[in-house]
Amino acid sequence: MQNTIYLDANATTALLPEVREAMLPFLDASFGNASSVHQRGQRARSAVDHAREQVATLIGCRANEVVFTSGGTESDNLALFGTLRAGDHLITSQIEHHAVLHAAEELQKRGVEVTFLAPKKDGRIETEAVRAAIQPNTRLVSIMLANNETGVLNPIAEIAKIAHEAGALVHTDAVQGGGKIVIDVRSFGVDLLSLSAHKMHGPQGAGALFVKKGVKLQPLFFGGAHERQRRAGTENVAAIAGMGVAAEYARSFLKNDGERQIGVLRGSLQEKLLQIPGTQINGNTERVCNTLNIRFDGVDADALVIALDLVGVAASAGSACQSGSTEPSHVLLAMELSERDARSSLRLSLSRLTKADEIDRAAEIIASTVQRLRNASL
Amino acid sequence: MQQETNSTIAVAMSGGVDSSTVAAMLRDEGHNLIGLTLQLWNQRRLAGHEGMPEAVRGRCCSIDDVYDARRVAEQIGIPYYIVNQEERFEADVVRPFVNEYLAGRTPIPCTLCNNHLKFDQLLLTARQIGADRIATGHYARNHYDAERGRWILSRPADKSKDQTYFLFGLTQTQLARTLFPLGEMEKPAVRAIAQQRDLGVATKPDSQEICFIPGGDYKTFLAAYLDEQGEEMPASAGDLVNARGEVVGHHTGIHQFTVGQRKGIQQNLNAHPASPFYVLGIDAESHNVIVGHEEELLTREAIIDRVNWISIPELSGELRVQAKVRHRHEPAPATISPAEDDTVRLVFDDLQRAVTPGQAAVFYQGNEVVGGGWIV
Repeated sequence: MQNTIYLDANATTALLPEVREAMLPFLDASFGNASSVHQRGQRARSAVDHAREQVATLIGCRANEVVFTSGGTESDNLALFGTLRAGDHLITSQIEHHAVLHAAEELQKRGVEVTFLAPKKDGRIETEAVRAAIQPNTRLVSIMLANNETGVLNPIAEIAKIAHEAGALVHTDAVQGGGKIVIDVRSFGVDLLSLSAHKMHGPQGAGALFVKKGVKLQPLFFGGAHERQRRAGTENVAAIAGMGVAAEYARSFLKNDGERQIGVLRGSLQEKLLQIPGTQINGNTERVCNTLNIRFDGVDADALVIALDLVGVAASAGSACQSGSTEPSHVLLAMELSERDARSSLRLSLSRLTKADEIDRAAEIIASTVQRLRNASL
Repeated sequence: MQQETNSTIAVAMSGGVDSSTVAAMLRDEGHNLIGLTLQLWNQRRLAGHEGMPEAVRGRCCSIDDVYDARRVAEQIGIPYYIVNQEERFEADVVRPFVNEYLAGRTPIPCTLCNNHLKFDQLLLTARQIGADRIATGHYARNHYDAERGRWILSRPADKSKDQTYFLFGLTQTQLARTLFPLGEMEKPAVRAIAQQRDLGVATKPDSQEICFIPGGDYKTFLAAYLDEQGEEMPASAGDLVNARGEVVGHHTGIHQFTVGQRKGIQQNLNAHPASPFYVLGIDAESHNVIVGHEEELLTREAIIDRVNWISIPELSGELRVQAKVRHRHEPAPATISPAEDDTVRLVFDDLQRAVTPGQAAVFYQGNEVVGGGWIV
């Protein structure tokens, strides 16, 4: 696994050494509970507070608007369940991550009216579609910033404007945007925004929800008064400290031309792979810098992912289901791809740690593996 | 089409003791292995539908089986992957299974699964990921006979575990690319190896039932599946008639019956016969279920269609064989000969009980499988 070329950054990313360093004290001597009176507790409290500042700086909000959670899924659930009641109307989309999609379906069972907007064929949710779906009881609009499978970016600022004119709140699942594009909650104009640490070189098991000051949020968990009574439960101090450092590195990466650099590598990979006959990009529009969703006609992407893994390239296809096998992507199906085309689509996602020579090697390996699969299918 | 050596082998791992032991044995022999599990059916899919409990307990493709297979793969140190084939399984196995029952026949899903999934799709996936051959935990033997220029499928050493009845559909190419490492072994020896290797599945019970039908209650499954699909159970209530066509009772649907069945008839008869009645046949068009005494179940002849030949290239004239018409049927002496429309006429030497449309007829010569097809 050491020599594997890792092109699955939208699934998770490697922990930065600096992040790991920042976490270690809290797995060791500084094991305090952030709610305790004594100095060990205070050390933990100060680490959580510091991390909150770091995350707030990344997304342009105040520290007291950041709620730490267990990850992107909890942040999404907290945003939806925290703001919606039976009789309310939610506008979301068919291309959301399951963390929003399945939460919305559960809310539907509990009496919330839900509109699932279809994307355009290029994978983008149109502002006009949101406008057309607004009802007098629309309480929340939840549209993701960057899609996890195609990388396609949605016009969040425009959507937020329309939603606010109608008196609705706006949430965006920005999990795939964190550390890849500049996120500014004020210019986006959103009320709620989800982040995950492990998609930006932080640890798994930590996330955050931006909650704009003044937005009333019903908690998911009941217990202690942690996170200003919005998220009961002893803080995962090590992971939160790691998320803080990850946010700081993400910010400096973006300040130093990082987005363009990843974009150049992605562009190079895309160009090389498009040389393979019978190949097309899914979601060929404005995308987050690191994601490439590409389909190879006549190739079973499940088999391609296994074949690539066996020769040292980690990629993905479809969305993972419980057993670890894959189902055809609901995102690609919503973009009106046929089931066959959806099953021929591979997702390649780069990270800050991806090297140019890895891209060159990966392109060669993918080309020869696609050829082998096509030959074996005859 | 000789088998290559020193190549990569994909092991079809179900999470059971047989395929787990196959993986461990081949690993010990130093082969380059890839473990694959087919994800075929989601047991929770029908939960809460017509007659199905909310919490469905079933074995097929359960998270537990995948967990077991993955643990074995980890333990013996081979790469392992799950291949989702739920759509094909539904289209090629589940839907035909439902349709057969609704048409008054008695299907064998395991054979369809072998033909369409295990030895077709899985073999294709194996080849795509760089494995030339697959190995399975079936109890059967195969070898290449240079004299005849054919791959031969034959019964395993452990006759009580013989699975050749379900494998008659294998083509020459499929046989050439398949290994049955358990063919020479007795089941207790397989468990002993699993135990020696300390595989967690060593004491796991054998699967007996149709994998996607928990508890074996196919009637509940049919109702729940049709309910999920938004389809009505076709009305097929009709008469119980005797062999002379006289109405002797009534029934509520033909899908509840299979040839040779005794259950569900006596209480629906207008008058009680001296000895119990059995199902002799089902007429899907008139919805008549023909019933009669046990001796009326005995037949000598059947027409077999969609025949696959294994030890012979084709049937050119009469051939003496032993034929098996049910999984638990002891092969009985018979003669087969070509009949109209590419079918085969099967004539047993002695009368046989309950030759059932929809089931398979498999022809043997000694241990060798000559071929097999479907009873019309």
